[in-house]
Order: sequence, then C-alpha cells, then structure tokens
Amino acid sequence: MKRKTTWAGYFFILPALVIIVVFRAYPILQAVRMSMYKWSIAGPLQYVGSKNFQRLFIDPKFFQALGNTLWYIIGVVPVTVIAALFFAHLLNRNLKGQGIYRTLYFLPVVTSIVASSVVWKWLFNPDRGLFNAVLNLFGIQGIAWLNDPRGILAIATAPLGLKLSNFLAGPSIALIALVIMAVWHNLGYCIIILLAALQVVPGHYYEAARLDGAKAWQLFRYITVPAISPAIFYVIITQTIIAFNTFTPVYVMTQPAGGPLGTTSLVVFYLYEQSFRLWNLGYANAIAFVLFVLILGFTLMQQRFFEKKVYYE
Amino acid sequence: MALPFFWMLVTALKSSSDALRFPPTLLPEAFLFRNFITAFREVDFLRYFINTVIMTAAITALVYITTILAAYAFARLKFLGRETLFSLFLAMMMIPLPVYLAPTYSILSRLGWIDTFLALIIPWSVNVFAIFLLRQHFRSLPQELFDAARMDGLDHLQIIIKIVLPLSKPILITIGIFEVITSWNSFLWPLIVTHSDSMRTIQTGLSYFAQAESTNYPLLCAASAFTTVPLIALYFLLQRHIMESYVRSGIKE
Repeated sequence: MKRKTTWAGYFFILPALVIIVVFRAYPILQAVRMSMYKWSIAGPLQYVGSKNFQRLFIDPKFFQALGNTLWYIIGVVPVTVIAALFFAHLLNRNLKGQGIYRTLYFLPVVTSIVASSVVWKWLFNPDRGLFNAVLNLFGIQGIAWLNDPRGILAIATAPLGLKLSNFLAGPSIALIALVIMAVWHNLGYCIIILLAALQVVPGHYYEAARLDGAKAWQLFRYITVPAISPAIFYVIITQTIIAFNTFTPVYVMTQPAGGPLGTTSLVVFYLYEQSFRLWNLGYANAIAFVLFVLILGFTLMQQRFFEKKVYYE
Repeated sequence: MALPFFWMLVTALKSSSDALRFPPTLLPEAFLFRNFITAFREVDFLRYFINTVIMTAAITALVYITTILAAYAFARLKFLGRETLFSLFLAMMMIPLPVYLAPTYSILSRLGWIDTFLALIIPWSVNVFAIFLLRQHFRSLPQELFDAARMDGLDHLQIIIKIVLPLSKPILITIGIFEVITSWNSFLWPLIVTHSDSMRTIQTGLSYFAQAESTNYPLLCAASAFTTVPLIALYFLLQRHIMESYVRSGIKE
C-alpha cells in the first residue's frame, strides 16, 4: 500500500516535471554555461571565458538600458501603488455605481498590451494625437512625447544653468510617455488587490480609534495602512518585477531600437536586441545572467526594507 | 480610464483623412464600418485568430492536466523528496522569462519546433503558480474525504475526478481564466519562436500590421479592436469571476 502511493506520486508529477526540466531548468543551466561563449546561431561556438562579462561592464548601451529601467521603475511603481491606494480607499465606501468603476479600472488589465501600445502611440502622436490636441486647449504646444529624448530633470534644471546628462538627466519625455501608459495598464490590478484587503479590515479598529478622537487622515495613516500593509507589500514587489520585465511597449511604441537616442531602451528590450536581432547569443546570456542577479538582489532588498514595516496578523 | 478604448473605436470608424485632422474630432464624420473589413483583409487576421485560439485552448487544456495531477501529488501523495521537488518547482517559477529566453530558443531550434505550434504550446503547458494554488486548495480538503474514498476502493484518478474536482471549481476557474488571458495576450514568446506569416498569433500579427501600416491609424485601430474584443467580451461575461481570480491569487490564504 505504501509502495503504491510512492509510485503514483512520481507518475503524477512526471508531465509537469519533464516540461519544467526541459524548458526551464536545462535552459537556465545552459544560459549560465553559454554566457562564457561567443556564439551566434550561424557560427561556431567559441569559448571566451569571462570576456562577455568584461564587455558588459563597459557597455554604455547596457548601462543606459539599466538606467532607463531604473527610472521607469521609479516612475511606475510608486505612482501606481499610491494611486491604487487612493482609489481603493475611495471605492471602499459603498458608493453607487461601484461596480461600473471597478469594471472600468480593471479593463486595461485584460487588454492586450500590443493593442494598448498601438492606441497609446496614436494618442501620443505629436502632430495629430489627442493628447497634444487637448494640451493645445490649455495653451501648451507640441510636446514630442515618444520622440523626445530630453530628460525631464535636465529640462527642469536647465534654467538654473545645470547641464545634466545621461542618467542624471532623468527619464526622457519618451520614457515618461511609457510610464504613463504603464500606470494606466496596471492600476486596475493594484486597485482590486488593495480593495479586497481594505474590505477585510475589522470595523472595530476604526470605531475604537474614533472614540479616541482620531481624525480621518489619522485613521488612514495609523490604522488603514498598517492593516493592509501585507497587500501593499505584495503589490509593490509584483509591480516592480513586472516593470523590470517590460518589453512589449518598447517594441511596439518606440522603434527603431529603443526610442530617441536609446532613451526608452529597457533591459529586456536590450536583451532581445542582442539575442534575436544581432544574434550575440553568448553575450545575451551574460546579460540575462546579470539581469537575474539584479532582479533577485532588488527583490531581496525590497523585502528587507519592507519586512519591518509590514504588520501581520 | 476608458478613454483609450473609446478613442480606439472612434478612430477605427474614421476615414484616413478624417483621423488625421488636427485638432481631432470626437466623432467620425462618417461611420466607416468597412474599415474593420479592410483591416481584416489586409493581413491574414483570420489565420492569426485561429492560431491564437488553437494555442490558447491547447495551453489551457495542458495546464489543467499537468496542474491537477501535480497538485494532487504534492498535496496528498507521499513520496520521497516531495517537498524538495516542490521547492525546486517554485524556484523555477520565479526566474523571469528573459533569462531563459535565448537558450530555450536554441533547444526549440534543435528540436525542429521553431515556427510550429509545438514551440508555442509545449513550453507553456506547465504553470507552477497554478500548481501552487491548487495544492493549497487540495491540502485544505478534509482527510476523511480521502479515507472514505480509499475504503470504497477508488484509485487516485477516480478520486480526483469524482470527488476532488467538483469541490475545486473556483480555483479551477481561476486557473483557466489566467491561462486564457495570459496566452491570448502573450507577445514576446510568439514573436521569438515563430517567423512565418502563417504562424503568427493575433498579437504578433497586430504588431506586424502596425509596422506595415504605421500611418493608417483607422485601420490600425480597427485591427487593435479585433485583438482586444474577444477578451473584453469574455471579461464582461465573467467579470466577477475574473476579478475574484486575480484577487484570490494575490491574497495568501
């Protein structure tokens, strides 16, 4: 009887196991191995040791992609989470038509990113797009959006006589356009997660605090936020990972090659370019390896940072 | 929030010259429904649509099979190394796609699967997160249920089909919804593993179309509408389920 149970277990996980080994585990090991080779699909394999990594450390395009991705994450995650918190809080009172609002907010999440990118590219069109048309009504002329490589920090500090460049110039206007779209796309998901968390906060917490004379913002800060901190934590981590892995908008909205002066090139896009445009597969694997370490490190750092602030029941 | 959708539809109904007017008008001067037909014919959208349906259906079916079996094993069967294997599964899940994208391509290439449905479907036929969710659920079922079934002489497969699955409907719906949405919207993967026009999915087809017709905005918007309408329809039908699914996956039980 016991032996029979053992065999059944292995059989049952076999299909999943085979797929995972062949298409996840093995490729990952290969990636590590291949990062030490020079390899393009057509040519022969050449062992180059750590040359790929050395090249990576001085590759300006890689660092630009890295910098862009960092700005992108800084732009997308806090805005998305804070806005989601705000809207979830609003939706938490039993307003009429709540269902409709939730539908609207969530719709972008199930929408194809390709289609969204196409439509947003059209909205951002400098000469004919709707956004510039609306801005014109307010007297703001011709923002180049996806074609504008100028960093917003550089623009903001130019009157002070500063000439910031590269990473310090901040995210380019083109990148900001991508950020705006990303927030629109991800907001709904964050809202429903936070809303669900809000709805299970015990009412007596608020009652007790009110009896002690707490005002609305105090309630929010000292009761609401700590009570849903696990959900907030979850949302921050997942949105960061999603932002790190962004590819499709870059591909669809900013061609060629990573936007104006490469300012919308995000790391996954750079990886794609190296792998499947230039076929520098060995080099690409080195990039992938470094990316993985970075994501892991970043996520662990975030966990460390927020762990202390999260209240678990 | 809904502005982009509204704008997509409005633009799709305009004529080329109407769409390019600046400032743009809120409503088309003429409702050109034939734009949709033109867009459909410009590239082989029917084929892309069929490809995507086949891919999505196959992936969802295979995920159900692998997930149910594996989750049952991890939750209720005892075997050596069970927990270790499960942890390995989880570790695999956390590795982002870009990391194993290139080497997986070369494996598929060596298998001769590039540009076929096999490359689109098989690598995605396992979803470790789904296994995780279902395992949680199976573990929560009372042991007496299984004891009684074993005493009635049922083997494991029968237990799964007759007893466990009927009790797991919400989670199963959750898994199905996730798979359908993710597969339908997947872009980077089909982009990499298919080249020929006949194998394009609806997403890569749209992207191809967008590059070919980069200034014909009405047609582009019409095509974008095709891509999104099926899922939006699904969304309106199953709204409650879909949102519950996303929430359920986010809040740890």
